[in-house]
Amino acid sequence: MSELRAGTAVTDGSSGAPERGARPRRNALRPVHVLCGLAVLVALTLLSALIGAADLGWQRVLAEIGAQLTGGRSPLSGREAAILWQLRVPRVVLASLVGAALAVSGAAFQGVFRNPLADPYLLGAAAGAGLSVTVVVTTVPQVDLGSTGLAQLAAFGGALGGVGLTWLIGRSAGPDTATLVLAGVAVGAFLTAAQTFVQQLRVESLQRVYMWILGNLSTSGWDEVLVVLPTSALAAVVLCACSRLLDLLGTGDEEASALGVRPGRVRALVLVAASLATASAVSVAGLIGFVGLVVPHLVRLTAGGSYRVIVPLSLLFGGSFLVGADMLARTVMAPAELPIGVVTAFTGAPFFALLLRTNRTR
Amino acid sequence: MSAVEISGLSAGYRGRTVVSDVSAGIESGGWLGVIGPNGSGKSTLLKAVLGLVEHTGRVLVDGRAVTGLRHRDRARSLGYAPQLPQLPVGLTVTDYVLLGRTPHTGLLGRESGTDLDVVAEVLHRLDLTRMADRKLPTLSGGERQRAVLARALAQRTGVLLLDEPTTGLDVGHAQELLDLVDRLRHEQGTTVVTTLHDLTMAGQYAERLLLLDQGAVTAEGTPEEVLTADTLEEHYTARISVLRAPDGSPVVAPVRAAEPRRRA
Repeated sequence: MSELRAGTAVTDGSSGAPERGARPRRNALRPVHVLCGLAVLVALTLLSALIGAADLGWQRVLAEIGAQLTGGRSPLSGREAAILWQLRVPRVVLASLVGAALAVSGAAFQGVFRNPLADPYLLGAAAGAGLSVTVVVTTVPQVDLGSTGLAQLAAFGGALGGVGLTWLIGRSAGPDTATLVLAGVAVGAFLTAAQTFVQQLRVESLQRVYMWILGNLSTSGWDEVLVVLPTSALAAVVLCACSRLLDLLGTGDEEASALGVRPGRVRALVLVAASLATASAVSVAGLIGFVGLVVPHLVRLTAGGSYRVIVPLSLLFGGSFLVGADMLARTVMAPAELPIGVVTAFTGAPFFALLLRTNRTR
Repeated sequence: MSAVEISGLSAGYRGRTVVSDVSAGIESGGWLGVIGPNGSGKSTLLKAVLGLVEHTGRVLVDGRAVTGLRHRDRARSLGYAPQLPQLPVGLTVTDYVLLGRTPHTGLLGRESGTDLDVVAEVLHRLDLTRMADRKLPTLSGGERQRAVLARALAQRTGVLLLDEPTTGLDVGHAQELLDLVDRLRHEQGTTVVTTLHDLTMAGQYAERLLLLDQGAVTAEGTPEEVLTADTLEEHYTARISVLRAPDGSPVVAPVRAAEPRRRA
């Protein structure tokens, strides 16, 4: 042993300060990914605006968009312009916002709970909104589920109420995230049971509740967009800012604390931001499944495993995914519409399975 | 670089005391080995020094009370590698080691060129440069332990608290890792506190040993003073013989019972 130390001392004297290697590459967001994401989003948004139940003709829509941008003369009639600008475009924008909100919230939930199966509905947001909307539908039969107002308020409050209840129960049981997930399961089961009970009391409400649960992006103008925009923007800013901390949470609470971070505070901040975005998305679009679960995984499999990449790209690709899905929902059986939740699962699941396969063999 | 003074430190979980009234001093650039049987409170002691568990008593680093420090400042003076680190699956070795720079970056900010330079140097020092872009789950056991050590080193702290850094390593890899820590201690004057279950290695690398049993200090001193057959047999409930290596250092050897039971 003494020889070893003597030997070390000699090399110490001769080598001096250890030489520096080249700067290593960090797993950061690459411009090519962002450009790709933006290009896909813009292309799908544009394409989606050109296609719809009312046949406006894609050349004329393009000309109309050009006219609006340059201040030229509109080729559309007043009614056609209203269809485009008051129905179709807000719907496309809404789809992109809802998709982005759900996907980025899903990414945040997966990071906070260190669980690949986590999605934005994990803590009872879906069950809470479901119960709340069902109660409104059964007690106020004339309420219009497709428009702003009471139903949206009910869904928003119900979603936040579900998450809040889970949080309270989880906190009283223990500080770890596994307890919170279990509390979410319990709250979800309880609220869903309550919803089923209320629904059975008023069987005639069944179809309307069911349609709401399958998700719906039809709008009556820009109101819905204004509902989702503030919370989505807030969630986007908070979650992008916290993405590095989500990576850090992956090392566990003790190590995060040892590195000077308070994991409980980070989790609370992230969950509040993600839950607000989820609740507002649910309030305008119902329960659209699959986006929040799968889009973060698609990003993870293709672009990298750091939340610094996953969070911002989930925003872009979540938006694109839902715009694309809604386009299919509107056109496949036009003029009838498919429920968007069916489209997201029907198209997303096979694509996801394919990606899992190629990733395994690579 | 940093002297550590622990006085009257007691710690535990949910009101249950696991470590009671531990006092110890480590001079700057020294190496304290914490030994003791399973469940004696070794890991809890390290966590109490870090302030990660409820505790009473005082920990001073260079005369400053650690409990009075803000979280970030504490993370700038004490580096920590746990016994069973959780490795985030999606990260590369570089990403992971960069997390060690957290106390030096803005809370939400991105790392500067300086941070990347520190990581480059640490990776080079621990011979991980070739693996910089590898994902954590693809590393072998020895590489993984080195990556965890690299993350703690990237914190650039005067004190390193390593909980069983050789867990799961064979004797060669364990030696390699402890040599690295020792070299660092000599080159940069880092003060080292490790828990170690291999008593012979603990005696070879640590300057002083602290023997814990049921949460209390039962022996403290140089390896020659602590690693005696009587002391170890009493506290480990084991049959032990202490031999001498050619250089005179103690070798702790287990002794098999005189009459092993044989099955027909």
